[in-house]
Amino acid sequence: MGLFDRRRVRRRGPGRYELRLPATERTVLADLVAQLRELLVATTDDPLVRRLFPTAYHVDADRDREYQQLVRDELLERRLAALSTVEETLELDSLDEAQLTGWMTAINDVRLVLGTRLDVSEEPVEIDLDDPEAPPTPSTSTSGSCSARWSTPSRATCPSPTRTPAEPAPVPDLSASAALLVSPPYPQRGANPGRRQVPRAPIV
Amino acid sequence: MIAGPSLAGPLAPSEVEQPVDETTAVPDRPWVVIVWNDPINLMSYVTYVLQKLFGYPKPKAERLMWQVHTEGRAAVASGPRETCELHVFRLHEHGLWATMQQDD
Repeated sequence: MGLFDRRRVRRRGPGRYELRLPATERTVLADLVAQLRELLVATTDDPLVRRLFPTAYHVDADRDREYQQLVRDELLERRLAALSTVEETLELDSLDEAQLTGWMTAINDVRLVLGTRLDVSEEPVEIDLDDPEAPPTPSTSTSGSCSARWSTPSRATCPSPTRTPAEPAPVPDLSASAALLVSPPYPQRGANPGRRQVPRAPIV
Repeated sequence: MIAGPSLAGPLAPSEVEQPVDETTAVPDRPWVVIVWNDPINLMSYVTYVLQKLFGYPKPKAERLMWQVHTEGRAAVASGPRETCELHVFRLHEHGLWATMQQDD
């Protein structure tokens, strides 16, 4: 049985959700959650986590400063609380609604930081097929148009993940993912550092 | 209405108008909460968050999500500034890219 052919979360009665997550995925998740905590505790100003503390007043810098001073700590607390929820319930096979919400928040936060780290954009990615690290199947889209499979039934067809599950999914190499968030997983294309910055104002 | 019989006289205005005070006469323009498109959040997740935070029925949440996706932004709520700040905070808490501005 592959890793991609079943849903991770199923509703099992009012307010109860069955969690079917392979041990390897729980390990990866624990690792990512720990890394995100490390990042957030260090600073909320790093470009990597700026996406988790967005601008509120995009046309009024003064007001935004006030707003950020007012809510930044609270927002940070809630993010850390969601990470704690995952850490505390990581081994469980069943979650209640509040715990599931914590999981969703934490996993989405990890996605946002990973997306920032990987420089995910709406623009189609050109893949150099001569690059030995190029994925076997060029993914058609990197945009967020793929329905979440783990919390809601998938309706839209999901564009292929970077590694298509045609073959049995490999067991994640944890040593490689160990620093996925905290430091770049592969050499950054340093020639264009500006692309890694999260814009402070939305792009219209 | 203002009744001003004591002003009757040659200089009394034939019609009494409310004094115009820019600070009070212009009603407070409502604030609008805008959700912006971003390449990372899943469409299903955005729909879910809009349903959860605003109590929108799924069709409305999906319509707004599509508007965000295709037009780059959508106004998802409006109201007094304090209310909108709370909405923005909750949207940020859920990882959405939201801002607020005063309605034009």
